[in-house]
Amino acid sequence: MTNATSPQALAPHLFGISFIELNARERARSLMDEGSFEELLGPFDRMKSPWLPAQGVVPQSDDGVVIARGAIDGCCTVVIAIEGMFQGGSIGEVSGTKIACALDLAYQDNEAGHRTYAVLLLETGGVRLQEANLGLAVIAEIQSSIIALRRHTPVVGVIAGMVGCFGGMAISAALCSHLIATREARLGLNGPEVIEQEAGVEEFDSTDRRLIWSTTGGAQRYETGFIDQLVKDDVAAIRTAVRIAFQQSLSAKNRTAEIDKYLAFLARVNPTERLDASVVRNLWKGA
Amino acid sequence: MNENRLNGDRTGRGRIWFTALAGTKCRQLCPIGSVLAADTDLGGHRVRYLAVVPDAENRFPRARSGELGLEEGWNLAKQIREVIDEDQSEVRRPIIAIVDLPSQAYGHREELLGIFLACAAAANAYAEARFAGHPVVSLVVGNALSGGFLAHGYQANRILAFDDPGVVIHAMGKQAAARVTKRSVAELDELARKVLPLSYEIRAFARFGVLHELIEGVNADTPTETDIKKVKAALQRAIADARVGSRTLENRLTSPEATQTRKASIEVRRLLTAQWKRS
Repeated sequence: MTNATSPQALAPHLFGISFIELNARERARSLMDEGSFEELLGPFDRMKSPWLPAQGVVPQSDDGVVIARGAIDGCCTVVIAIEGMFQGGSIGEVSGTKIACALDLAYQDNEAGHRTYAVLLLETGGVRLQEANLGLAVIAEIQSSIIALRRHTPVVGVIAGMVGCFGGMAISAALCSHLIATREARLGLNGPEVIEQEAGVEEFDSTDRRLIWSTTGGAQRYETGFIDQLVKDDVAAIRTAVRIAFQQSLSAKNRTAEIDKYLAFLARVNPTERLDASVVRNLWKGA
Repeated sequence: MNENRLNGDRTGRGRIWFTALAGTKCRQLCPIGSVLAADTDLGGHRVRYLAVVPDAENRFPRARSGELGLEEGWNLAKQIREVIDEDQSEVRRPIIAIVDLPSQAYGHREELLGIFLACAAAANAYAEARFAGHPVVSLVVGNALSGGFLAHGYQANRILAFDDPGVVIHAMGKQAAARVTKRSVAELDELARKVLPLSYEIRAFARFGVLHELIEGVNADTPTETDIKKVKAALQRAIADARVGSRTLENRLTSPEATQTRKASIEVRRLLTAQWKRS
């Protein structure tokens, strides 16, 4: 990791503030330079989910996603923040399209020579089940947009917690050029309850907190190379981590392109034995 | 019928259609049995076919019924990247994803070893192929569910599906969705009649404009020569259309169907773009 200046020195007024306790809008604002935050398609535009009312769910006027333009350290940036408190941060037609469209607009700006960085604050269970097929469709669109934009500019994913990042959006997270997480974050494809339902309690006991955190928790994900920076739940620390991510070279190989490395890693696993988190850490160290 | 298919406990349509389209003589390019990969001729041009199929011998027990597991994701990515690398100075070879998968693999081992990344590797490779100019076409012959479909098929330029009751494109299998939402299957069906995105019927899905073509009148389980010819013609049309079309997924929002059913998506894009330009 880069030997960056300490978070306290860079932004003393933000030191000691929990990022997790902030809502999506506050999170976006906290990362941006003072006075530069501008929200687009905000709550007053009232773009709500057209599908929730028929199912007895009260929609929210921003559909749980905040699109904010502004600057981070003077760099033009779009911060896309998912609100984990609304429907578990789930992705529906409107919220997902806001994300994909913001990424596409950043792509257009970069194509036109105006460097725009992108930061995704991921707090999501994945597809919103009440908008099932459209949720899945827009997640495919988000993924395409991340892959396109990543060639021009760093697309930085931050998973702070407490919802974590699951389902199709965990796949989206893996497509980012750089991933930042706290120890309170979790990252995984299938949630523990779903695995228990589909594969049985002997496969995954969803009440076993230790098992859950040792499988998908931020620390384990960092130790096994799935994320790039493990940071404290602290606004200044996350700001610093984002700045470090912005400096990353665009030619750096994305994890998804390290095919031979991961196939070799999997070849060393014995799939007939129960795997322990520490075993995987050791296997990864040898990879 | 669907419920049996969702359990994935049969040879599967993926293998049936891979064999029907690619033939029996082509060389299997992938070292694992659950990912079929072959180059073969379609209308005078070389194409690469890919399918994920059940394999009772799969090293990973949770991926033996045709699920998209760890090795499936990474091997698909490898097969696609090879095509991109080999064709840099030639006409970009079409890549055809034959889709029939019950889901992604559910397991503790899968999570620990990063199945989300294996899925991303495949999705990424398909999208990179599309951006590089390869026509990427997915042919949905059975189930195309959830994360499995995001990895194998949803990044295609053009998506084709059979108009057949055994064809299901959805965010979650019906029985799993019922368990998770604590509803009965009958309640789920009732709700799906009122709320279009919840429907498990392929004709309802076709109304979103995501599909390029719904192929009618094909016997999906035991295809005849006429059926195969018909599907090959549809694939060729889709390839030709992809060659001249955009390399992004924007066509999914400009189709006549989308203008009716995805009004909110279109409005979000219109407003956000206008505000972005002003800011």
